[in-house]
Amino acid sequence: MQRDVNQDLAREFGLSAEEYGRVLSIMGRPPSLTELGIFSVMWSEHCSYKSSRVWLKQLPTKAPWVIHGPGENAGVVDIGEGLAAIFKMESHNHPSFIEPYQGAATGVGGILRDVFTMGARPIANLNALRFGSPETTVTRRVVDGVVRGIGGYGNCVGVPTVGGEINFHPAYDGNPLVNAMTVGIARTDRIFLSAAAGVGNPVVYVGSKTGRDGIHGATMASAEFGADAEEKRPTVQVGDPFIEKLLIEACLELMETDAIIAIQDMGAAGLTSSAVEMAGKGGVGIALDLDAVPQRETGMSAYEMMLSESQERMLMVLRPDRQDAARAIFEKWELDFAVIGHLTDTGRITIRHQGVTEADIPLAPLADQAPLYHRPTAETDKPAILNPARVEDRVGLTGALLRLIACPDLCSRAWVWDQYDSTVGGQTVKRPGAADAAVVKIEGHAMALALTTDCTPRYCAADAEAGGAQAVAEAWRNITATGARPLAITDNMNFGNPEKPEIMGQFAAAIRGMAAACTALDFPVVSGNVSLYNETNGRAILPTPAIGGLGVIEDAAKAVGYALPPWLDVVLLGATKGWLGQSLWLREIAGREEGAPPPVDLKAEKQVGDFVRTQILAGTIRACHDVSDGGIMIAVAEMALAGKAGVRLSTGPRDIPGHAFWFGEDQGRYIVAVADGAGFIRAAEAAGIAAMKLGTSGGRDLTLPDGGTISLTMLAEAHARFFPEWMEKGA
Amino acid sequence: MKAGIVVFPGINRERDMAIALTAASGARPRMIWHQERDLAGLDLVVLPGGFSHGDYLRCGAMAARAPVMEAVRDFAARGGYVLGVCNGFQILTEAGLLPGALLRNASLRFLSMDCHLRVERTDTAFAGHYQKHAVFRAPMAHGDGNYFADAATLDRLEGEGLVGFRYAMPDGAITPEANRNGSQRNIAGIYSANLRVLGLMPHPEDLVDPLMGGTDGKPIFDALAATFAPRSRAA
Repeated sequence: MQRDVNQDLAREFGLSAEEYGRVLSIMGRPPSLTELGIFSVMWSEHCSYKSSRVWLKQLPTKAPWVIHGPGENAGVVDIGEGLAAIFKMESHNHPSFIEPYQGAATGVGGILRDVFTMGARPIANLNALRFGSPETTVTRRVVDGVVRGIGGYGNCVGVPTVGGEINFHPAYDGNPLVNAMTVGIARTDRIFLSAAAGVGNPVVYVGSKTGRDGIHGATMASAEFGADAEEKRPTVQVGDPFIEKLLIEACLELMETDAIIAIQDMGAAGLTSSAVEMAGKGGVGIALDLDAVPQRETGMSAYEMMLSESQERMLMVLRPDRQDAARAIFEKWELDFAVIGHLTDTGRITIRHQGVTEADIPLAPLADQAPLYHRPTAETDKPAILNPARVEDRVGLTGALLRLIACPDLCSRAWVWDQYDSTVGGQTVKRPGAADAAVVKIEGHAMALALTTDCTPRYCAADAEAGGAQAVAEAWRNITATGARPLAITDNMNFGNPEKPEIMGQFAAAIRGMAAACTALDFPVVSGNVSLYNETNGRAILPTPAIGGLGVIEDAAKAVGYALPPWLDVVLLGATKGWLGQSLWLREIAGREEGAPPPVDLKAEKQVGDFVRTQILAGTIRACHDVSDGGIMIAVAEMALAGKAGVRLSTGPRDIPGHAFWFGEDQGRYIVAVADGAGFIRAAEAAGIAAMKLGTSGGRDLTLPDGGTISLTMLAEAHARFFPEWMEKGA
Repeated sequence: MKAGIVVFPGINRERDMAIALTAASGARPRMIWHQERDLAGLDLVVLPGGFSHGDYLRCGAMAARAPVMEAVRDFAARGGYVLGVCNGFQILTEAGLLPGALLRNASLRFLSMDCHLRVERTDTAFAGHYQKHAVFRAPMAHGDGNYFADAATLDRLEGEGLVGFRYAMPDGAITPEANRNGSQRNIAGIYSANLRVLGLMPHPEDLVDPLMGGTDGKPIFDALAATFAPRSRAA
């Protein structure tokens, strides 16, 4: 249907009156429908980062090992031996609520393409998931669909899903978060970028055919949900992991040759963003002939083709003399290969369809005059510190342990992991549930990567700056706890409506905290994604700056997990004050969500972490677990369950209330298992690190300092119960 | 040992299989594209795991009709050794080289976890390095591993001793609890009548290195390597 192009339509497409005015001044005439579509998606929050760009610039992005930071399809770091790790995390939040299976599946597919488009073979997938209250049947349906979708796509493409995290909170009712991360490996001298070059060179389309699915998906991802969320189902794309697998193999085969000048996947805003960004980055023009685009449906208009978000498609600029060889590779893999245009010296994108010029836009102003907002910020007052002595313990240590280990945020995730293929590739050294970070070896090399995703949204909600720093520090800590050296992070900033000053205040504060932690820990941001407007009916999610961390360990055989071996000393490293504010104990046992979250002492963080890593590599530490949600007691219980070894715990310090000591969430701490606890504590103290023996491993019971005894069998049953009972009970 | 691994579009455990075969025999296997027909000189043909043709239509159904499968059928008919793992097992049943079918898991969910397998006979080229009724661990990763055949076929397989591996508890007990995907009679792997074609649902190739958590799966590849070792190499 032909529509009049005017300000009303522009508003429908998500452009403000001011933005539409800017379109008119750039074009010098009213835009065509296709042109308006191109402006609206390129200037959408999702593609332009118009509200977040001013803040993202404050993040540290450089280190000697960073090869490519933000700005490319994914971040690239040097891991030695001539290899680079290429990784990124990206959200698919809005689609995953509307259609959980396809939303999550295509989230995995999209992030995979961001990584292999740079020349990397994907070797691991992770995810960070937040769901609404488990009390609702909607949440159950969303969890089921998201888990099936992640598995359905990842299992089929043959990339192991090795790690992730799941939280529940009513703030995610109606707006779950699905953040997917992919890590790949490439040779440092074979990294492919997206800047087009060479006037006259062919622009080639490969992969799946274009259909009408996902039209305007990027615009949907840049708006709040109201009661009409269901009506947006047609904007969710449908994935085909089989085609993706063929695309991976075909692209990697082509990348062995010198045919590719530039390559980019067609992600959000499909053909529009890939063509505009490739030409724009290369400072050239691009002319496309849409009649040549492989199409799945008949009668598609230029507008529909340019805005389609059909999955599993890539755009490449090839050397003209290698075009036939490239075509042969894609034909072998039974994928479409079509020359749909060429580079020009006009500095414009021109789009012809059935003999008519449907769009003719100058590229430089499309990029340079993209809106950039310094939105007003209003930071929330920081909550007061909760005095642990003022929080009464009514259930005792044993009762609290049994309730916490079984609660949705701490219970076993085995029901989820068991649906993800975590071993394909044959390189998974530490699978889900074995270590604080997944450890995946590089095939043919002794080294391995340590990978994790982290964020504690309830901390961020209470104090976004402290929470932002904590998310980065916890990722660093989880990598360190395996013995690996943390190298860099990718961030996935999930927030509410940026037009509200308090939301922008959360964003700014989180960035400030993250930047401080990244700087102190030498842990730069190399890629990322921003997802705003995560609100339903005006209610925002908890601020969730999810961090994907990557580290390297030169000898995979030295990596440790948290499974506790028997007959060792169990030692706590790092200072404990008994911080109950925003702890899970406070929420689950005392029924209170209050207080300041635990602060991260970044100097101490680095000092303790560097000591732990050195001791792991020296072989002194046999198992290691960071202390996070649920505090020391939960960390010890998780170690005991993973290692099937009991622990006899000693009495804690007298100057801290028992529940605060055992369940407090002070940061920068690790629990380690060593043969000679006394000697180890002396070494730690000599390095200026607080250390104390918690107990000794062995036997089949967890013996608590108050005399309570819980058998590992009983503990395991409590830990395992939630997901199977919740998910398998009738609809 | 000269092994070949067939690569169908959508297969994804061919690299894992190559690592296991290379580690056992010292020789890198040949990768065979699904449209090839030449299997000359091979001791062993492997159909690896994955999602051939996306598992669309039925798992393994389209791969079973690939040009290479005519060659595999001839190869098997001449007494060649064939190993099909996971999707490879599904392809073997779809191609009629082994009886029965692999249905959706009883739970209707993808299952990715370690299972235990009991070795039902050891006088084969595949299982000769295990003790009789040995129990070993292997990762499984499938949505359609629920072995089904009619009662007469199952009785024949049992009677002729063609059930090679069963899902078991770590102590070797054959129980419903051990049988996560709901297979008939806990069947995880079966042989052809001449014991030279093996279809196996779990992945021994992913447990051949202590770094990855164990070497439980390695004896299968060691046994094959020993079967096809040059005679000059003493056993």
